[in-house]
Amino acid sequence: MSRELWKGNEAIAEAAVRAGLQAYFGYPITPQTEALEYLSARLPELGRVFLQAESELGAINMVYGAACAGARTMTTTSSPGTSLMMEGLSYIAGTEVPMVLVDVVRGGPGLGNIAPAQGDYNQMVHGGGHGDYHPIVLAPASIQETIDTVYEMFDIADKYRTIGVVMVDGSIGQMMEPVTLPPMKEVRKIWPDWSASAAQGKRERNVLTSIYLDPKEEEITNLRLMKTWQQIEKNEVRYKEYFMDDAKFAVVGFGSAGRVALSAVRAARAEGIPVGLFRPISLNPFPRQKILEYTSKLSGFFVVEMNSGMMLDDVILASQSRIPVEYYGRMGGVMPFPDEILREIRLLHTNGWKTEGHPRDRWLAKLETIVKEEM
Amino acid sequence: MTTQNLENMQVVYQHPESLLDINTHYCPGCTHGVAHRLVAEVIDEMGLRDNSIGVASVGCSVFTYNYFDFDFVQAPHGRAPAMATGIKRVHPDKVVLTYQGDGDMISIGTGEIIHAAARGENITVIFINNSNYGMTGGQMAPTTLPGQKTTSSPKGRDVEQVGFPIRSCELLATLDGAGYIARRSLHDPKNIRLAKKAIRTAFETQVRGLGFSMVELLSTCPTNWHLSPTKAIKWLEDNMIPYYPLGDYKVHPALKDLKF
Repeated sequence: MSRELWKGNEAIAEAAVRAGLQAYFGYPITPQTEALEYLSARLPELGRVFLQAESELGAINMVYGAACAGARTMTTTSSPGTSLMMEGLSYIAGTEVPMVLVDVVRGGPGLGNIAPAQGDYNQMVHGGGHGDYHPIVLAPASIQETIDTVYEMFDIADKYRTIGVVMVDGSIGQMMEPVTLPPMKEVRKIWPDWSASAAQGKRERNVLTSIYLDPKEEEITNLRLMKTWQQIEKNEVRYKEYFMDDAKFAVVGFGSAGRVALSAVRAARAEGIPVGLFRPISLNPFPRQKILEYTSKLSGFFVVEMNSGMMLDDVILASQSRIPVEYYGRMGGVMPFPDEILREIRLLHTNGWKTEGHPRDRWLAKLETIVKEEM
Repeated sequence: MTTQNLENMQVVYQHPESLLDINTHYCPGCTHGVAHRLVAEVIDEMGLRDNSIGVASVGCSVFTYNYFDFDFVQAPHGRAPAMATGIKRVHPDKVVLTYQGDGDMISIGTGEIIHAAARGENITVIFINNSNYGMTGGQMAPTTLPGQKTTSSPKGRDVEQVGFPIRSCELLATLDGAGYIARRSLHDPKNIRLAKKAIRTAFETQVRGLGFSMVELLSTCPTNWHLSPTKAIKWLEDNMIPYYPLGDYKVHPALKDLKF
């Protein structure tokens, strides 16, 4: 298979096409728009459905319709767009139909900016829409990994009849890397037996809804969703480890933050600092068991993110506070440089771990000075 | 009655196949039941039941899927035209309809309905206008008449404060994507017959691929209007029809010679 140079957003789109995407609905928003543009040409030439919606509200509900109709369906968007889609996501979760959402995260809150960020972590991982549901959230760190994740996500979403979110940041959407694309899968020809695809005398009618007026019935639905979620927690935990075999402490970072941290960890290793990198790929389900196991081997976790420490909370929770946790992050679309992370790694190696107060407070005090110096 | 007579008898009226034979949750005197029946009769007559997919909305018609006997989904508030779009694009050979109230379609779902019509989305919308939010207990809707009292306009709709009602047919008929747009009323047998013809025309529009079709049905809400069913019918005739004139607002040229 040949290596080709692909832009992230277009690679996301082509990976979805090859995974058997039948119907795409989207709305332009930077830094995701190239996925929409690419599919506007690619899907019609394959006789598949592309439609630019009037809004993200429209787009997610078209996806909801197409998912109910039994199609492999997807939308791509960026942070402000995901906020508008939260209503639809909750309904999709409640109706138990599969779909794939790619969130190319940008700086926020509000209109924010179009630079790479990871501030949608809480919105995506801890729900976002109303009610009791858990989407699968995978966070790849390179274009190749993004392609592979999108390609597989359709199967995962179908398997559990759930929402599959691929969360990347604007840099992955915008940059180009050499990649290998997966083979083209055939599109679905037989509609799933549960779908609202017209009975045509072949089966009883199907009704797909997220309303259960009787609280006891709703609770039964909640229970079914949670049992599915337990299966997902059992089967779909993903992470990558670097230099962890002999590490005395570990950097924990996902997506691009994890990738930047890897450069810092490599540099630290070259200096003889026994640090490793633990990079969660599945943010939901979170690799909490693995984190807990590491607490018996490591002196501490150093969490690095491109937000105000959202995964940090999950790492603290997973570690059950058995070992110290330190944090460093940049916000608002600012990406940390490897040097910044390396500096923090050196400090931890030399000075050891602090335990007074919260790691977020220690970081904020530090960041204020850094931001002033950089101005 | 002799056997001979029975053999000569014809069935001229029966429960539509497309409508399940169960009690509905609608209030006594509400015209939702009439609207359901008309839609079901048309779907039966056109032989579309097994090829249809319905989209229920949020409001009194939220449980529409319990009554129509074909595949159904249930949309978030106002989003039925977007869901219907997703379904129709995946299944262009099937008949897709939404059944929406006025709060759903022309308040929270204004964006979705206008763009579905503008795209010429080949779906049929049954739009129930009863001039208030029925399900939540009779609040002011975009269709509430000037001066009409509701639970959220207790002194009557003050157009100086909250503006004017929206005439949906007139609005949507300006869009080139619309193939058939009509307003009918369910207040008496003659108008019910005319409503059925309009619903038939709307589904013919879809089957023939002539674009977006919508039939607005002026309907009663005795419970929230605080009127008896008969007085509600009179109120509709006296107050709603003058504000919302009945008629065809857009008829695709290819529909003009349709006869049924």
